[in-house]
Amino acid sequence: MLLPYGLRNDDQESATTTSDGSAISRGVSVSSDTATDSGLSGKVTLSGQAPKNKVINMAADPVCSKLHSEPLTTEEVVVGPEGALANVIVYVSEGAGNRTVATPKEPEVIEQKGCRYQPRVVALQVGQKMRVVNSDATTHNIHPIPANNREWNESQAPGVPPIETSFGREEIAIPVKCNIHPWMKGYIAVLNHPYFAITSKDGGFVLKDLPPGNYMITAWHERLGTLNQKVVIVPKEMKKVEFTFKPQGVS
Amino acid sequence: MSISGVALSSLLFLLVVPSFAQDSRIGSLTGDSKRGKKLYQRYCIGCHGQQGDGLGENAPYLEPKPRDFTIGTFKCRSTPSGSVPLDIDLFNTIGRGIYSTAMPPWLPLTRQQRADLVAYIKNFSPRFREEKPGTPLDLPQETPADNDSINRGRELYQTTIKCATCHGKEGHGDGPSAATLTDRKGDPIQPTNFSTATRFKCGESNPDLYGVLMTGMDGTPMPSFSNSLKPEQAWDLVHYIRTLRPDWHEKAKNAGAKR
Repeated sequence: MLLPYGLRNDDQESATTTSDGSAISRGVSVSSDTATDSGLSGKVTLSGQAPKNKVINMAADPVCSKLHSEPLTTEEVVVGPEGALANVIVYVSEGAGNRTVATPKEPEVIEQKGCRYQPRVVALQVGQKMRVVNSDATTHNIHPIPANNREWNESQAPGVPPIETSFGREEIAIPVKCNIHPWMKGYIAVLNHPYFAITSKDGGFVLKDLPPGNYMITAWHERLGTLNQKVVIVPKEMKKVEFTFKPQGVS
Repeated sequence: MSISGVALSSLLFLLVVPSFAQDSRIGSLTGDSKRGKKLYQRYCIGCHGQQGDGLGENAPYLEPKPRDFTIGTFKCRSTPSGSVPLDIDLFNTIGRGIYSTAMPPWLPLTRQQRADLVAYIKNFSPRFREEKPGTPLDLPQETPADNDSINRGRELYQTTIKCATCHGKEGHGDGPSAATLTDRKGDPIQPTNFSTATRFKCGESNPDLYGVLMTGMDGTPMPSFSNSLKPEQAWDLVHYIRTLRPDWHEKAKNAGAKR
């Protein structure tokens, strides 16, 4: 059979077997609201000295600098007590197959507030709405620079209604910046399944309702790179997984 | 993929590609990819490269770099930011050139030849096969370029929509964020200096400037202001930007004298 080149991954995935020996069949339709009792949770940490974040000079726009009595620092590596690492995208990178999943109706929201992106790292599904809100009294421009999706660049003056858009292809992760305020940087991860989470300030993450199966789990950090772990999810178990980044390649 | 699979898919590739070849429509002209390819290899390949990736043999010596056609992202469009351009947009860019870059106006080529080039260039990116261009910009009647309009434009430029942050208070291209700007490939890029620019990258007329404000210049830090500006505000801004040339007062006086 002549298959377009892009479909060959599915053949590999159809050979993936679960712990009980049953194959993850191709094209199984699992809607995202099918609750299973199995899943994955854990913590991401940074071992060793965290790189120092730099102080941001907001002099380019007095509206921004006036908002902060103390100057902000960059947020490339956000580390809490005991090395807890925030803003890490933890996701299923292999084994999710091409299940048909419903796209969440709720949009993922990025707010421009205090002349920075809140949150700095967001993740959403292919086709899911992304809503960009400007809560500042200054004009921003939102400029995602994807490798695998469309590049666009829209300005948003104060009081302009939220910009709603979506992304058509998987990409981890798309850098987004404001060219007017060059310290504003963020990342948008686009996945074609719902099995992802972003670590909070305590480094914790939960992948709920992950069906039993063999998976590769990847932890992505904007500065520290990626870590991979194979896991086997069995029915009715919340698997514990830890990721530990090392501050390599960080000056 | 097995060896036979590779052989099979390259066979498939050979079979399929000719039928995928793009054409172009410029008014009553239809551009032809095959003819465009010959012209491309004669006139464009030195900078834009065999593969259309902007890595031609002259590319290392050019700043800014030649357009990489494989990503399907173009500066001068009548379509919204993020959309592929219309055929006529590419046709106009070839004929106009891109002022302040190494891209010359290709007026020695006939209209038919330029249309053929548009057809061929569209084959480098799958976006032209997969996506429809967005709705082109509506060009409303220009408002009067009077003092009130210029003053409103100044307020927008200096304060409300922050043009000055990159283009500078006096339009010298030296705003506080100017030195941080990069294009999508990470190469440094300079904001247009309005005090010396006699021409602009996407055309010289007021409607051309209006178009850049409302569609942005994709692949660069220049955003589209279509969300932030009402049409009459965009005209105000165009009128103010015109005043940033030091000889503007002379010109305005001469224009007045002629009438």
